[in-house]
Amino acid sequence: MTVYYSEDHEWIEVEGDLGTVGITDYAQGQLGDITFVDLPQEGAKVAKGDSVAVVDSVKAASDVYTPVSGEVAEINEALADEPELVNSDAEVGGWLFRVTLSDPSELEELMDEAAYKKFVAGL
Amino acid sequence: MSEISEFEDELGLEPIEPAILPLDAWHRGRGARMVEFAGYPMPVQYEGILAEHLWTRESAGLFDVSHMGQLYLAPAEGAEIDLDAAIEAALPIDLSTLKTDSVRYSLLLDEEGGILDDLMVTRWQSGIYMVVNGATKWDDIGTLREYLPDEVNINHLDDSALLALQGPKAVDALARHVTGDTVLADLKFMKGAAFKLAGVDAWISRSGYTGEDGFEISIPGENAAEIAELLCGEPEVKPIGLGARDSLRLEAGLPLYGHDMTPDQGAVEAGLIFGVNKRRRSEGGFPGAARVQKDLSEGTARTRVGLALEGRMAAREGAKVLCGDAEVGVVTSGGFAPSLGRPIAMAYVDAAKAADGTALQIEMRGKRLDATVVPMPFVPNRYYR
Repeated sequence: MTVYYSEDHEWIEVEGDLGTVGITDYAQGQLGDITFVDLPQEGAKVAKGDSVAVVDSVKAASDVYTPVSGEVAEINEALADEPELVNSDAEVGGWLFRVTLSDPSELEELMDEAAYKKFVAGL
Repeated sequence: MSEISEFEDELGLEPIEPAILPLDAWHRGRGARMVEFAGYPMPVQYEGILAEHLWTRESAGLFDVSHMGQLYLAPAEGAEIDLDAAIEAALPIDLSTLKTDSVRYSLLLDEEGGILDDLMVTRWQSGIYMVVNGATKWDDIGTLREYLPDEVNINHLDDSALLALQGPKAVDALARHVTGDTVLADLKFMKGAAFKLAGVDAWISRSGYTGEDGFEISIPGENAAEIAELLCGEPEVKPIGLGARDSLRLEAGLPLYGHDMTPDQGAVEAGLIFGVNKRRRSEGGFPGAARVQKDLSEGTARTRVGLALEGRMAAREGAKVLCGDAEVGVVTSGGFAPSLGRPIAMAYVDAAKAADGTALQIEMRGKRLDATVVPMPFVPNRYYR
């Protein structure tokens, strides 16, 4: 099980060919209070870089881009009633969707935790 | 950087400093996240917009609104001029009914009746005090200079800071620190008075832009940090950023200049005809009067309304408003209303679709959100009348 990070502040935890995607703790801190999360349909085919979800905060709406291509396998139903989970538990309970990877080689273009930390520190 | 500075030192030049307001360092020390607003770094939030919003509604919040323009208009020394008449020729206000120490909402209109700004006008003993929006203050000064005779001095009180203490407990917290001829708690909504606040001269009016009871406090900029610190030392008071100021004013149904009103709209379609006082509507004699009178007699194609949305996705500025497949309007402000737990919006819609209860839709990111026209304010205001 490995976690990768994108420059758009998504994380993806990969186990076999299944990836769980969310936004990073840094991202939720920047967005502020999250009031609504618009998630993709289960079964939707998505391509790396597509805007597949929207995170609405009191301030503004922000796109979430999928860091890998594949098919949406599951969405986090808990967020419908508790969107604030993305604030309080961004990198575990506040996950957004699971995707069946169609091209695991795309993971190589993402950062590991150390690289992401360095990336954020430079912002 | 250092090389450039040394070079400048040799030439005796000073680097250009970005404009900074008196409370800049104080906000940063309080952990505010700063953003640029109206040309200044301003605090957008401290602990979080939701918490700050709700705190203001239940207790009291201190807002720094020093970016706004404070102007003082008075006859030039030795000039024989009727100040009221001169200002009435520039603004659609009826000054004959504005008593000393009273505050009134007014509008700065262009010659075609488009809204250049909204502003607060106060009659002081010696002249007229105005508070105008931060982003428009330089243009406003130019427009007023153009509208007013040379015998009227326009003084920009840019050494003064402006604080707003808003919320049901604002009066308790502030009363502990003021002295003066007026009892603070007796001051009515839209009235003001001179006080000593922690020993400093302060002009305080019972007014604000949150829909709550509260005060606006003009003080010398050099005393702003000590007074902000003093007020935030009260158990009822926390500092509040611009983010919550925006969600509070939206719930209160108060339009934000540059978004819910622009030079493209007139006073009537913006729903701000109360900013054109009654006598002036019939008499005219101010910039844009012809448009106001025409719009009043013939009506306007669109009008500003409040919309309550179904679901939790917020509509944002620029989103189309639809009725069936017809585009009938555009959202000018929208967001999640923390006190209501649902999204709300302001929009300009066709007059035929503006009645309360009209079912409309808002197009947002390819989705259609159901929305209903509702009366404003969305949250009842609690002014002390």
